[in-house]
Amino acid sequence: MTQAFRVENVGLINRDKKLSFKFNGKKYFGYEGDTLASALLANGVHLVGRSFKYHRPRGFFGAGVDEPYAVVQLYRNGETEPNIKATEQELFEGLEAKSVNCWPSVNFDVGAINNFLKIFLPAGFYYKTFMWPKSFWFRIYEPFIRKAAGLGVASTKHDKERYEHKYEYCDLLIAGSGPSGLASAYAAAKNGAKVILAEDKPRFGGSLLTSDVNIGNQSGKDWAEGIIAELKTMPNVVVKNRSQIFGYYDHNMLVMSEKVSDHLPATKKYHPNKRLWYIRAKEVLISSGSIERPIVFGNNDTPGVMLSSAAKEYLKVYGVLVGRKPLVFTNNDSGYETAIEFKKHGVDPIILDTRKNPKSEIIDEAKNLGINIKNSYVVVAANGYKKVKSAHIASISEDKKQLGEIENLQCDCICVSGFWTPTIHLASQSGNKTKFKEEIDAFVPGQSKQNETTLGAANGVFSLEETLKTSFSVGSELSKKLTENDNEIAIPNVVEKKSSQHDKFWCVPLPKGKHYKRFLDFQNDVAVSDVEIALREGYRSIEHVKRYTTLGMATDQGKTSNLNGLQLVSEIENKVVPAVGHTTFRPPYTPVSIGAIVGREIGKHSKPTRKSPMHDWHEKNNAVFVDAGVWLRPRYYKRGNENLFEASKREAKNVRSNVGVCDVTTLGKIDIKGPDAAELLNRVYTNAWLKLPVGKARYGLMLREDGIVMDDGTTTRIFENHYHMTTTTAQAANVLSHLEYYLQLVWPELNVNVVSTTEQWAGAAIAGPKSRDLLQKLFPSSDVSNEGLPFMGYIEGDLFGVKARIFRISFSGELAYEVNVESDYGNFMWEKIMQVGEEFKIQPYGTEALSTLRIEMGHVAGSELDGRTIPYDNALDGLVSKKKDFIGKRSLQRSAFTAEDRQRIVGVVPLDKKTSIPEGSHLVKDDKAQLPNPKLGHISASCWSVEYDNPFSLAILKDGKNMIGKKLFAMSPLKNKVIPVEIVSSHYVDPKGERVRS
Amino acid sequence: MLYINCPHCGMRSQNEFSYGGDASVKRPELNKEVSDQEWDNFVYNRKSLRGKHLELWQHISGCRQWIKVERDTATHEIFRTFKADEEVA
Repeated sequence: MTQAFRVENVGLINRDKKLSFKFNGKKYFGYEGDTLASALLANGVHLVGRSFKYHRPRGFFGAGVDEPYAVVQLYRNGETEPNIKATEQELFEGLEAKSVNCWPSVNFDVGAINNFLKIFLPAGFYYKTFMWPKSFWFRIYEPFIRKAAGLGVASTKHDKERYEHKYEYCDLLIAGSGPSGLASAYAAAKNGAKVILAEDKPRFGGSLLTSDVNIGNQSGKDWAEGIIAELKTMPNVVVKNRSQIFGYYDHNMLVMSEKVSDHLPATKKYHPNKRLWYIRAKEVLISSGSIERPIVFGNNDTPGVMLSSAAKEYLKVYGVLVGRKPLVFTNNDSGYETAIEFKKHGVDPIILDTRKNPKSEIIDEAKNLGINIKNSYVVVAANGYKKVKSAHIASISEDKKQLGEIENLQCDCICVSGFWTPTIHLASQSGNKTKFKEEIDAFVPGQSKQNETTLGAANGVFSLEETLKTSFSVGSELSKKLTENDNEIAIPNVVEKKSSQHDKFWCVPLPKGKHYKRFLDFQNDVAVSDVEIALREGYRSIEHVKRYTTLGMATDQGKTSNLNGLQLVSEIENKVVPAVGHTTFRPPYTPVSIGAIVGREIGKHSKPTRKSPMHDWHEKNNAVFVDAGVWLRPRYYKRGNENLFEASKREAKNVRSNVGVCDVTTLGKIDIKGPDAAELLNRVYTNAWLKLPVGKARYGLMLREDGIVMDDGTTTRIFENHYHMTTTTAQAANVLSHLEYYLQLVWPELNVNVVSTTEQWAGAAIAGPKSRDLLQKLFPSSDVSNEGLPFMGYIEGDLFGVKARIFRISFSGELAYEVNVESDYGNFMWEKIMQVGEEFKIQPYGTEALSTLRIEMGHVAGSELDGRTIPYDNALDGLVSKKKDFIGKRSLQRSAFTAEDRQRIVGVVPLDKKTSIPEGSHLVKDDKAQLPNPKLGHISASCWSVEYDNPFSLAILKDGKNMIGKKLFAMSPLKNKVIPVEIVSSHYVDPKGERVRS
Repeated sequence: MLYINCPHCGMRSQNEFSYGGDASVKRPELNKEVSDQEWDNFVYNRKSLRGKHLELWQHISGCRQWIKVERDTATHEIFRTFKADEEVA
């Protein structure tokens, strides 16, 4: 295939490097530096997709981020990505892309039937039509509409690409590298300010790449290149191309997406695909330029109709002619500039100008070149289905209401210019109160809310000279404030052609008897008639019109449609545009890959993984791990072909009959020191703490102020004013914050310090009837007898030369101890315990056996202390002091908490003594009752009792106190189970607690 | 993302902090008779203000200090920040 529309010796592409690519399966060639759009246009391809609603053929309308509809499905290195703008995607060798929203092909699209049904598909059609019957929405209407609409298909495969996040701080962040961006960056950089200059396109320079101007005796393009080259050498400046600042958030935080690899056939090793920059800037300069706006006319979405600025850019940057018989339709001088470029490259354009007799240097130049200009003329409609073949044109009356005789004019493209719309998205996102500027019929930034200044065309200033002057001075002034340097910059002289006043004309009236579709929003297929319907049906607020018609929504965010939509509403409503107001601009300005937003925090990287010092030992000994908060804990140690159930039963049994050891490093630990430490504990725990002697531990329960149990654990008095608190694994961080809250804000008079020591200590629980014998062998010089180290006692010991803390506390209900050593000795401790314990038949046990042991003892844990229960519910009301006050005590007087039939923990055994009860099952009186069956309680934890060899569960049950001995049903609709059960005491094993004291 | 001036550490991003609610709430003194209404007001009842709001934040990934932040709930503007024991005038 030859590139028939490529012009020799024009453009910024690298003609030495030819690239091949495929579009809809067909092979084409382009050059390095092309976009997919420019390469397709060079090959004469104008049909790229089908429209969102009516499936009308669509081509290219813009040349960059302004493009509303040329989106493709991209295939790169075995991956696919939807919603890629062909006008932004740079060409690389082997690129493959396909049209979206068409079936079976872009040339023959079945969905195009919608186009002929369009009188039946006006705004609000879906809302009105698919309402009845109600049940049809989810099953039939919605899936059908979803299939018919949409722009591309997301990949369902795991994304192999890597994305990075970066945090950056700077003095000045400058969005856009056009004349205002370059000038302000240069001035600020010269004053030594830390500057980041971001450009969304691959090439710096913005409008200077295509405009016919002269700065400092060189072309605009050369001047831009010189500035960029100098900025790149400065250590205080970062210049980034392919980087779109898409969001302006609170406190001058902006987010930028840098495309690191999208222009390459594959991402380089160790490189990310995209990099998301979170930039906190002291000052933000918005130099985002402006986007040309269309004039609305019949069938203005036909492929071949495009913005005149886009046609100019295709020619000047890519050396591509978008047509050989161009028609330029304009209400201002910009159209003339495009026409002049065509003429210079041997193509004869025709200009239709809506103005009667405009005069300016640019117009004179066009006339001198002999370009055919028709004044007071408009395009009424484009002809052609998949490509413009001709245009219906007509003269228009002075008042712009009456069309003259319709003439047919042969042309192959229509380049349209309806003047310029400043890109105010970022300013608006920052909270800037925008204002309407009559002279340009557009909104510009007004009062800044954050430290933000908008420059140049984005501020509605279209004179280059004025833009450069302001931008140099703003860059100087702002940087001077921050760096206190004041280097003078010589402002270069500027040669530019003066323009004449544009015409406010924006929409061509329909000729009598014609019903052409005149599109406002190309991406969402919103036509003039749709907005008219919305207003006729009573939608007045522009926000409501937007939602009813979808005008200005989705990824386009109204870049080319916004103002024309407002013009229409203001005309119908007979209001001025500023009274109509514009809809809210929301980030992101352009679509951003979800992968870039997520960054590297995926899978295992989404949270830290914490491992105990004994982790390697567990791993070597076939531990199967489970996530416990951010910790990895051994769930069980697999022997041979054992499953979870068999292994945990074996481990639990061994604790009950011999001795077991469990890694309890993950328990939260807080060191508490100070003369008022006991007083603090007395206030945060429900039980009394003032009389705990040194060398003793106590179980404590803490509440939130609303009376709900927050956490439990043991706290040991190490010295006079030194306590060691333990918390549950899950609540460790919250408990520390809780203590800090009361110490810093509520009771600052207490002289206490708290600090987390969770990671400083490795812990091993040694449990079982033989645990004392083992302990004696581990600490031969310590007295660990029942008298020397009684239940809830604490001593320090010497573990083969390592200082250890020994607590006699038990979670398993057996005679048990917890040994703590400094973390670095954790593995040493563990190996010693295993080695010495061999003669006592020691086995390590995991969290599953740990659960079994505590459940059958009726000890509560996270599944009972679930943020909904009070001490009474957990049969811990004995720990609630009646004498002293503590956090949450007053709430316990609430009537619901003191009700006679208050819920309380019970044990549950299936009548058949065989069927395990699923956790979460509801307890009900009558398994045959009509739904909703009143729930009496729920199963909080289940195990297989190793003591009695049958299933046993704990439950929180209404009036639990009086339910012992009653028969109920445990129902689990999830597991489809109904189990007849008997309610028993929650203390299933050793109800008197004799073992722990033995 | 907010940019909060920790009175102990300086300007830090919001993701180092955790929110702690209305800073004007005073806990009733211990061992004092408190009416149901008073207690409800302390535990549950909060104004959902639009505008200037004095609130608590903890610099959880920094100095771990609880601080008071005077912030506009609508515009997110932060006017002043205070140490826990500083009186807000």
